[in-house]
Amino acid sequence: MDQIAGNISLLFQFPIVNLKIVLDGIMIGSLFALAAYGLALVWGVMNVKNLAQGDFVIAGGYISWWLVENGVHALLGVPIAFIVMWGFGWFIYRVIICRVIDRDLFTTLLATFGLAIMIAQILNLLFGSDTQSVDLGYNTLYFFDGFIDVPIAKLIGVLMAGTLATGVIIFMKYSRMGQAIRATAQDRRAARVLGIDTDKVYSFTFSLNAAICGAAGAIIVMVWIIQPFYGITHSIRAFVIVTAAGLGNLPGVIAAGLGIGALEQYGAIIFGIGYQQAIAVLLLLIVLIFRLSQQRRVRQSLQ
Amino acid sequence: MTRKPFSYLLLLAVIIAAPFVFPSFGTQLATLWLMIIVALTWDMTGGQMGYNSLGNITFYGTGMYVAAVITIGMAYDVGDYTNAAGGGIHAFTDLQYFSGLFLGMLGAGLFCAAVAVIVGYVTFGLRGPYFAIGTLGVAIATGELVSNWEWVGAGQGIALPVYPGDLDTGKVLFYFLFAGTGVALFVFLKWLYKTRFGAAVNAIRDDEEKAEAMGIHTLQYKLATWAMSAFFVGIAGAISAFQLIHFEPLETAYQTINLGIFMVVCVLLGGKGTLWGPVIGAIVFHVFKEVTWTYLLGWQWVALGALIVITVVYFEGGVVGWIMSKRSERLEAREQPNDAAVGAEQ
Repeated sequence: MDQIAGNISLLFQFPIVNLKIVLDGIMIGSLFALAAYGLALVWGVMNVKNLAQGDFVIAGGYISWWLVENGVHALLGVPIAFIVMWGFGWFIYRVIICRVIDRDLFTTLLATFGLAIMIAQILNLLFGSDTQSVDLGYNTLYFFDGFIDVPIAKLIGVLMAGTLATGVIIFMKYSRMGQAIRATAQDRRAARVLGIDTDKVYSFTFSLNAAICGAAGAIIVMVWIIQPFYGITHSIRAFVIVTAAGLGNLPGVIAAGLGIGALEQYGAIIFGIGYQQAIAVLLLLIVLIFRLSQQRRVRQSLQ
Repeated sequence: MTRKPFSYLLLLAVIIAAPFVFPSFGTQLATLWLMIIVALTWDMTGGQMGYNSLGNITFYGTGMYVAAVITIGMAYDVGDYTNAAGGGIHAFTDLQYFSGLFLGMLGAGLFCAAVAVIVGYVTFGLRGPYFAIGTLGVAIATGELVSNWEWVGAGQGIALPVYPGDLDTGKVLFYFLFAGTGVALFVFLKWLYKTRFGAAVNAIRDDEEKAEAMGIHTLQYKLATWAMSAFFVGIAGAISAFQLIHFEPLETAYQTINLGIFMVVCVLLGGKGTLWGPVIGAIVFHVFKEVTWTYLLGWQWVALGALIVITVVYFEGGVVGWIMSKRSERLEAREQPNDAAVGAEQ
């Protein structure tokens, strides 16, 4: 308890530290938002809640890490992870997801949970359970007498995440396929009547989601660390963000992602790094309860 | 009809004889009973009431800790005991041990039932997959919090006293504790599902809004069902705590991705919403698990993940569902020629 109080008073004594925490949180939060955007896409279009989301992220990270170990430049790892995970997502859709898509939601939840266990364990067998990261070897920028350090690698990561997100948004808005995806999300039957091949839309959406996650993972391995069993925490974060923001609310997803990143950094500073997962889970519970009371109010006003 | 009580008696005889016929499998058989108990309790909410919880493991872990705290607390100061962890004060008299075991089981069951009511007030507002995710969140958060709580030994866990008598007798005792709880639970559920209460719970599964409109206080039924299932899971956790002697929070007590998911897979394998489904599923699953753990070492978790995916995706009704559909097919096949014969006569 004393330690927690001490940590909080430290934050007031050195206001500049707050700025550093928020900056760190926003940089890491932009990657959370990326994975959450993929989840919102799959959730909104196919009504599948993908619990393997975080494991896709970690798998992408390991692809990039493995490439770097074999002499490929780290920045090339991002597009390669994007492409490889696209293929992986398509395969998973064909084998598992297309068979559970019409069943009740718990079935899809459990199927993707089994998938999550498999991915994490296979990564563990292939690469071991050590934490891994890729060092880009760039400099670090210092501001305010060294109080705030911004590694250039992190800046590049944020820029890449932003570029990818912008690309996906433009694609969804203006391309034929993007329009078909949005039409299917709005009304599946109507889309089918109007000649959209919804099965193709679903497989494309799921592949795109896996690819986005893969790219996010490839960036995370440059700016942070990965480990085969970190997937579940990433999944929970993605759920927190999407539930807090609501489906189809893109600015909300970005804001919630950045907010969660900052909140987690604060939690790690105040309570210690050991509580990281607990904080993610408690945030989920708080968001769920808040949403619940909101819905209850709506139901009451309807009556 | 006259054969039914006989087959149940035969089954009971097998249950009693099992640990003496296969003495080297004593712990294995006890674990099998644990799987049956957790599968049956999961089916109470998941199969019969339609609320798929992923957080029932919370009660297993809490049951372990409550039993340990009660046993230790009757003899020593819990904080001192966990601080000393392994060094010094470990002496328990026989009386202290057995009264701790008995009161620990009872206390764990009651405490977990109370926790279920309190947690249920919040989580039962969630519907469908949100309930599953919410309860999973409760389980993970409880585990993380307990693993940071110094008073109960934090991440190191608690070491309970060893069974005071002969070790083999101890194994048989734990087998019969698990088996007794399991049989009691089975008989209780067999009765419960036939009462009005069981019918109300099934009504909640089929259509909660209509059930509420019919005058069923759904929240009370949901809380009562979850509390009953938590009561038995808590007892099972308490027995496990004494059987394992030493346990730690994340891997043993709040083992979210092990036992917490196994119970769900057991039920889905056997058949949701049936009385025998969870029992059969638990047996099949336990055998599968032990075989892969022995022969596929290293890949056992991958095999397990694959089993979950295959069960969920390809076997919707489970073993019991499959048998029932076969049986109805056979009945139809038997009836159809009769119809044809009747038609021919006319």
